[in-house]
Amino acid sequence: MTRLLANNGWTVGLAVLLAMLLIATKVIQPGFGVSGLDSLGRSALPFALATVGMAVVVIAGGIDLSIAAMMAVASVTAAVLMDGVTGGTSGLVVIAVLGLGLAMGALNGALIVVTRVPDIVVTLAMLFVWQGVALLILNAPGGGIAPWLRGLIVGGVTLPGVPAEWTAWLPRAVVVLAVCVAAVWLPIRQSKLGLRFYAVGSDALAAFRSGVPVGQTRIAAYAVCGLFAAMGGLAVTMSTGIGEPIPGPYLLASVAAVVLGGVTLGGGRGGVLGPVLAVFVLRVVRLDLTLLSVDPNVAAIVEGLIMVVVVMFGGVLAMRGRRA
Amino acid sequence: MTEAPSLAVLDARGVAKRFGAVVALRDASLQVNRGQIVALMGANGAGKSTFVKILTGALRPDSGHVRIKGHDSLVTSPATARRSGLVPVYQEPSLIPDLDVAANLRLTSTPVDPFRHWVRELGLPDLRLDAMIGRLPLASLRILDLARALAVSPDVLMLDEMTAALPTDLVDRVLSVVRAQADAGRAVIYISHRFTEIAAICDRATVLRDGMTVGDLAIEPGIEERIVNLMLGEGMAAAATSARGGAARAAEQTPRLRVRGLRTGTRLTDVTLDLARGEVLGVVALEGQGQDELFDVLAGNRRATGGTVEVDGRAVTFRHPADAIAAGLTLVPGDRAHALLMARSVRENIALPLVARLGTWGAIPMRDEAERVTAAIARLQIDTRAQGEVRRLSGGNQQKVTIARWIARGVETLLLFDPTRGIDIRTKRQIYALVRDLADQGAAVLFYTSELAEVRQACDRAVVIFNGRVVDVIEAADCDEPTLLRAAYGLTGTRTGPAAVPA
Repeated sequence: MTRLLANNGWTVGLAVLLAMLLIATKVIQPGFGVSGLDSLGRSALPFALATVGMAVVVIAGGIDLSIAAMMAVASVTAAVLMDGVTGGTSGLVVIAVLGLGLAMGALNGALIVVTRVPDIVVTLAMLFVWQGVALLILNAPGGGIAPWLRGLIVGGVTLPGVPAEWTAWLPRAVVVLAVCVAAVWLPIRQSKLGLRFYAVGSDALAAFRSGVPVGQTRIAAYAVCGLFAAMGGLAVTMSTGIGEPIPGPYLLASVAAVVLGGVTLGGGRGGVLGPVLAVFVLRVVRLDLTLLSVDPNVAAIVEGLIMVVVVMFGGVLAMRGRRA
Repeated sequence: MTEAPSLAVLDARGVAKRFGAVVALRDASLQVNRGQIVALMGANGAGKSTFVKILTGALRPDSGHVRIKGHDSLVTSPATARRSGLVPVYQEPSLIPDLDVAANLRLTSTPVDPFRHWVRELGLPDLRLDAMIGRLPLASLRILDLARALAVSPDVLMLDEMTAALPTDLVDRVLSVVRAQADAGRAVIYISHRFTEIAAICDRATVLRDGMTVGDLAIEPGIEERIVNLMLGEGMAAAATSARGGAARAAEQTPRLRVRGLRTGTRLTDVTLDLARGEVLGVVALEGQGQDELFDVLAGNRRATGGTVEVDGRAVTFRHPADAIAAGLTLVPGDRAHALLMARSVRENIALPLVARLGTWGAIPMRDEAERVTAAIARLQIDTRAQGEVRRLSGGNQQKVTIARWIARGVETLLLFDPTRGIDIRTKRQIYALVRDLADQGAAVLFYTSELAEVRQACDRAVVIFNGRVVDVIEAADCDEPTLLRAAYGLTGTRTGPAAVPA
């Protein structure tokens, strides 16, 4: 038990930090309640999905700078295909968009593996490519989304047979996030593929010598990242109701949350729960600073400082732990 | 010379490989039969590491073939080599540092129970499966790597410098386990520079020189000299004499380096020694007796918590490696990767201390630098065929570069930490000769070695460190391996106290 706690200390710390921040929010704004949580969950959803995708790639020793652009492609594709469509067809569109995400990510990975050009260069180039593709599909925000998909992330959870007030505080967006992440990441984490992600990210040469197919593993990691980017893009369209061809600020935000979430940028260490919590921490900090009517520019500075301090603090703790 | 190919579990013939203009292998062959241990030997640059990479599938040969169990299929990656029955244990552990032991086993589909069995057999009974690889010492990692290989019952086991970096008790265990594997019908390729081990367990030796297989000999008493001659080629063997010249160690005024009661961390408790100009002082210790810390403190990598260090009679404290270098204490670390800029050229690596000296922010005196570097390269006979990036050099040549940089700068006190680990006999002898040469010119050399046989060849005296303190000082003439080993295990007892100070 203590060992489990020690190994997940970072995640536990973030959860405590998040709880403290939520309490602070309630203190600052006594009216903060169910609707506040709901909009927080909805606004965090695309960030969180992008962050999980980024975390997977970073764990496998890479980085994907094209993540926000892939989200834009997914968002406009969904909005264009789904405009005026309902029911079963829209379900097919969702599956198609997720497949598109996998394909985009796999292409990123394949280019890195085959050309041997550094990942940062390839994905930077692909950032421009996917941006162009998104604008070709839809050159201005537009399109539509099936109403049931919008409903999926608006409001609290209601279960038949359970009094609404028991579950309504839990935003649906958070449940969607948990289901999406669990459905993709848990099977991977339990399988050999997940082990290979960590192995390749930790020491690619040792992994190669242990018989791990390093190239295939890298491609798979980028494909999973693309899948989460597609979910993120869908989430953008679900929460706004239209397709957004211009990528949002998801790239740097996801890298920041990955780092704050305890994933080493060099690869091989960390999980996805930490980064997801980090997304919420950063969102709540922003929310609190807004509620305190702090100048947004000052708020940005504060967010940056929090990141540095938390990561530094974590480093000091880790060093202590090693010495003890 | 060779058996019928059908008997060989591993059969490599006519293997050739070139990298651009550099021909690494011309015509390398190796046959290993069931129940045999074959030593694969070759001097520095003979193409041994390239051959190993081809055998294990890390590189593809330009021509020739590698057959395992008679199957004509080419091994194309470590994964396929593994599946076809060849499992290598590389010189650097191939375990994933951020995963625990159990996860590393799952990664390679290694069954756990046989693994546990072999770990116990190899002398690490209290290993936990949830131990993080990154926190285990190097010696344990090598044992784990070997146990992991044994656990899948390979047809061909390839061991690359398996006993380097292992303490003596583990070496004996490894050797007997490997011999037992062969006796049980497995084939083993044993790569090592240690003749005693090869004589002890190998059946045959295949010798590479200049990318060709030049000999395949049965191991018998007295074969060492023939193998050396084959490895060195004609003409070189004669020059290979014991390097020790007249040890001109004057019972001198102030020693170059005077260390009193040095202490740091948990391992280095109390080391006292004197090192004179013109002297090569060996340091002998089992793994982890405080020798790492001693060298770290002397090189300014780490601060002492007690004791004093004097250079030419002046007390010094080093806050930074630059302080130690300024005082003339220059380190060749045990891990070459810690000293070299792997992606930069040989010349830049050698010139680095010249450029990095404090107060030389301005233009680099190019001509002076070029002269010193050229002289150092010539003196160490560094192979400059692949000089554009140090990482492409063979291990022995990389080690020469780490030494050459201090020679280019001008050697006063050289701290050598196991400088011959995992390098071939020719380079070793060059290094002994060089060290003697430097000492004769007035340098003081502190020489830690994990190979006891080296002490007599390279040193004037040796201090033995056990449990963080100097337990014995032995003159080179008395430095036979049994004596050193007894001392290193702390078994002397006859001599008392920190006697590292000449009376």
